[in-house]
Amino acid sequence: MGTNRRVKQSRRDFLKSSAVVGGGVFAASLISPIDAVLFATEKPEDSSQHWWGYVIDIEKCIGCGRCANACKNENDVPREPFFFRTWVEQYTITNDGEVKVESPNGGIDSFEQSIQKEEIFKSFFVPKMCNHCHKSPCVQVCPVGATYDSPDGVVLVDESYCIGCRYCVQACPYGCRYIHPEKNVVDKCTFCYHRISKGLSPACIEVCPTQARMYGDLNDKKGPLVKFLKHHNCLVLKPHLNTGSKLFYNALSAEVR
Amino acid sequence: MPPQLKRLLPLFAVFVILFLVVRYFLVPESFGEHGHYRFNSVEDNANQELHYAGKELCADCHEDQVENLESDLHASLSCETCHGPGLAHSTLEGSVTLLMPDEREFCGLCHSFNPTRKKKMVAQVDLNDHNIEKKCIECHNPHMPWELTEE
Repeated sequence: MGTNRRVKQSRRDFLKSSAVVGGGVFAASLISPIDAVLFATEKPEDSSQHWWGYVIDIEKCIGCGRCANACKNENDVPREPFFFRTWVEQYTITNDGEVKVESPNGGIDSFEQSIQKEEIFKSFFVPKMCNHCHKSPCVQVCPVGATYDSPDGVVLVDESYCIGCRYCVQACPYGCRYIHPEKNVVDKCTFCYHRISKGLSPACIEVCPTQARMYGDLNDKKGPLVKFLKHHNCLVLKPHLNTGSKLFYNALSAEVR
Repeated sequence: MPPQLKRLLPLFAVFVILFLVVRYFLVPESFGEHGHYRFNSVEDNANQELHYAGKELCADCHEDQVENLESDLHASLSCETCHGPGLAHSTLEGSVTLLMPDEREFCGLCHSFNPTRKKKMVAQVDLNDHNIEKKCIECHNPHMPWELTEE
């Protein structure tokens, strides 16, 4: 009773409605906001520009914390021990498989090892900083467009536009953002944009005594950074999150989060 | 067209125009040029003040020390690793003096014994055991610490 009722539709009607739907989708795809969405998730196809990348060699880091100290000097980061653009962590894995992570004052005052040498399975230092992801979760959540991926691949903050809502602080899977206590806007590693755009190396790289930190142009296929990546097995942090991190670690242990 | 719509249409137009006017004044210059952000902000970031000068600039005046430093194990060190940011010192003609750390703890930032430090990367001593009475630089030339000063 009524269950077999069919909608009467002629072939002409069907074609008409199909054309309307198809045409509508095509017209919508021409509207620019969709471009903006694509731009936020894909690397721009412009190889004439720099495309900055960074390498940290865990084998070479001695945990002196000069990088974290220089970063605070160069970028006027508050000296309190909980504001950092870059910091160093000491990982200690004991023979029992326990993982201990320490970072007293971000490593600026260097480290002491409280665990006896005989009980250590392995231990190493891991410098941390913004990963300058090209699919940055932090950029995607910003409600006002105050943080963005610059055309040369650096994630920057527009201080004059940030409303201090802290969404990006929560979104960053690497914990690399903080709210500046005086400016009340978000602050993070800028890759020392004011230095690299003048041909100087970032402050952390300038002072690193063992050259555990390197930066370079990922577009320059014959450059030192790409060469390093070619000859070493480098990994990024949390690859399963597909953030498109451009901070590569040599000799990264699976314990590092 | 129904008369009630006729009256609403101009009102609707006023709202749209008002929106466009407000939008014109609120959207900052260069917003949206390369994505959903203010493109001039890239320049703002690039114009931040510099503090670290870089080793090459130090070498312009302090050639001898840089040469000593680079003669062996400390070759990869920058002057500013120990002396702190030095650009103001170079531009203000010496009215700004730099850090000259001489505490045992400062050398210990790199050289105090820690089993996490790779032996092949850095020479290490136990600060609580190695010549406790003395400062490091009493025996070690700070620019060539592998050479002991004669006493």
